[in-house]
Amino acid sequence: MADAEPHISVRDLTIAFGDYLVQKDLNFTVNRGDVFIIMGGSGCGKSTLLKAMIGLKQPATGDIFYSEEPFWGSDDPQRERMKRRFGTLFQAGALWSGMTLAENIGLALRQYTDLSARQIREVAAYKLMLVGLAGFEDYYPNEISGGMKKRAGLARAMALDPEILFFDEPSAGLDPITAKRLDDLILELRDTLDTTVVVVTHELASIFAIGNNCVFLDPETKTQLATGNPRQLRDSHPNPEVRNFLLRGEAETDSA
Amino acid sequence: MTSAACSAERGEDGALTLVLSGDWLLTGSLPAIETILAPLATAPPPLRIGFDTARLGEWDTGLMAPLVALYRQAEAAGIAVDDAGLPDGARRLLQMAFTVREREGARRETRKPHFLERVGVQSLEALSGGRTLLTFTGDVVLSFGRLMRGKATYLRSDVMQYVQEAGAEALPITSLITFLIGMIFAFVGVMQLEQFGVGIYTADLVAIAMVREMSPIMTAILMAGRTGAAYAAQIGTMKVNEEIDALTTLGFNPVDFLVTPRVIALVLMLPMLSLYGSLMGILGGMGVGLIMLDISLVQYVQQTIDAVDMYHLWGGLLKSIVFGALVAMAGCQQGMACGGSALAVGQATTRAVVTSIVLIVVSASVLTIIYINLGI
Repeated sequence: MADAEPHISVRDLTIAFGDYLVQKDLNFTVNRGDVFIIMGGSGCGKSTLLKAMIGLKQPATGDIFYSEEPFWGSDDPQRERMKRRFGTLFQAGALWSGMTLAENIGLALRQYTDLSARQIREVAAYKLMLVGLAGFEDYYPNEISGGMKKRAGLARAMALDPEILFFDEPSAGLDPITAKRLDDLILELRDTLDTTVVVVTHELASIFAIGNNCVFLDPETKTQLATGNPRQLRDSHPNPEVRNFLLRGEAETDSA
Repeated sequence: MTSAACSAERGEDGALTLVLSGDWLLTGSLPAIETILAPLATAPPPLRIGFDTARLGEWDTGLMAPLVALYRQAEAAGIAVDDAGLPDGARRLLQMAFTVREREGARRETRKPHFLERVGVQSLEALSGGRTLLTFTGDVVLSFGRLMRGKATYLRSDVMQYVQEAGAEALPITSLITFLIGMIFAFVGVMQLEQFGVGIYTADLVAIAMVREMSPIMTAILMAGRTGAAYAAQIGTMKVNEEIDALTTLGFNPVDFLVTPRVIALVLMLPMLSLYGSLMGILGGMGVGLIMLDISLVQYVQQTIDAVDMYHLWGGLLKSIVFGALVAMAGCQQGMACGGSALAVGQATTRAVVTSIVLIVVSASVLTIIYINLGI
């Protein structure tokens, strides 16, 4: 990543629920083609930060810039256009239960492209094959398992070939082989389609396997402790808390 | 942006080369899948397929989806495909797509069932629906038995909550509806009875109609739409979230825990609402009577007191109790029978309200006929 081109810039972002502060003074940059990890202990506001980035939760102050274009500072139609470049995989899949998997994937295609019904179906079939669900086009979400729902959710997030894919805990609840496949898929999408990927996770295996950039959120101080390559943070970050997290608490004795 | 195009060239050795050119983007216009697949079906079938992508521009899923369709078709026809001509990224994505093979028997065949089959399936469904309803009624009766013996697990605070929701919180809407119904009855009564010079009997008409029939039925229909629907939605959502399974695994009987408290709440509250509704209806009728008729307040009240006997009141209250049980059970039953999706919750709610209203009207008619035959 020598010619790093900033894709997402978070500047002075503060998120709060009313008077309750979630995170403050967040500043980080995601470069084009990064697999960017948002990590931190439970309850530190990882998912809330993600919601601010995809337009579900208005931040208290600060803004997020996509290719130097302000997100929350833009007017509604402009923001809607920006959102179309995103794909989001929600924690539990969030598939629309009244539609088959093919219809779930096809909805955005029907709305935003001129493809025929047959072409939409082929796209849906292809996306399902990519996530290992070949042949499940006509299943309803309540007929498949939790891990399959998650993969189908990923297929839906990829429907429009988004520039940026957001993942909320992608590998939670998946078996190791499927989780590995998902990681491979994320890297493959990055390499072939030049997708920027933002992942909320605390699965260390995934963090080191796919992440080349990250931000570490701390629930105590309510701000970011570190940002950068997770391997470098693990090996050489001055803050023991960051190293501790990345070493599964095994740095504790060293730092004491 | 140049538009995407695909043409087929046949070599002398039976090889088919697909020439892909232009930008194959989802947001652009793409050739129909049928035209891409067509050369495969021509006789004699090609021996293998290759690609020429020298003039291919930008591409995304708009290229991949037809390619995958082509691969599948070729595989089914036993034609080898040579991917050497494709861009690197596309080759890798194809490889990924075909890493996990389709699970045997996963694909669904869609076929149109024969008319007789549909009739049969629906009859069986109706039959099993009836059986479920009977089973459910039996479950509730058994649950009441356990409750009486103190063996049912439920939360007292739940019952209080349901009583408040089905009682006090329903007062405003009940007031409005029954007050207006009382007024409407009084208007009709005054118009007709004044022709015979017995306008004062409007008081009898309003009071008896409200106490015996209208208030029980109107409050029951209100509660079917308000509370019965809520029961179906609450229990249905719990079913979708596997909360009912969670109760069962902990040894709680879901009927004891969820259904019986709700039935009790509504059976207790509906007669009270109906009583209150009767009073509001009489007040509404009184307002109209006093304005349109030349009688005093005392006269109207006395006429009302003379008109209503205790058996009118008991008859009305008994109806309310029956309606309360029916509405609560219809709501809970639909909730318990709910499928596993947001859509199913909606269906369960709709069915709960429709079933409740049908049951209310049918049982009201049956009870009225019984009352008449008993001379009440």
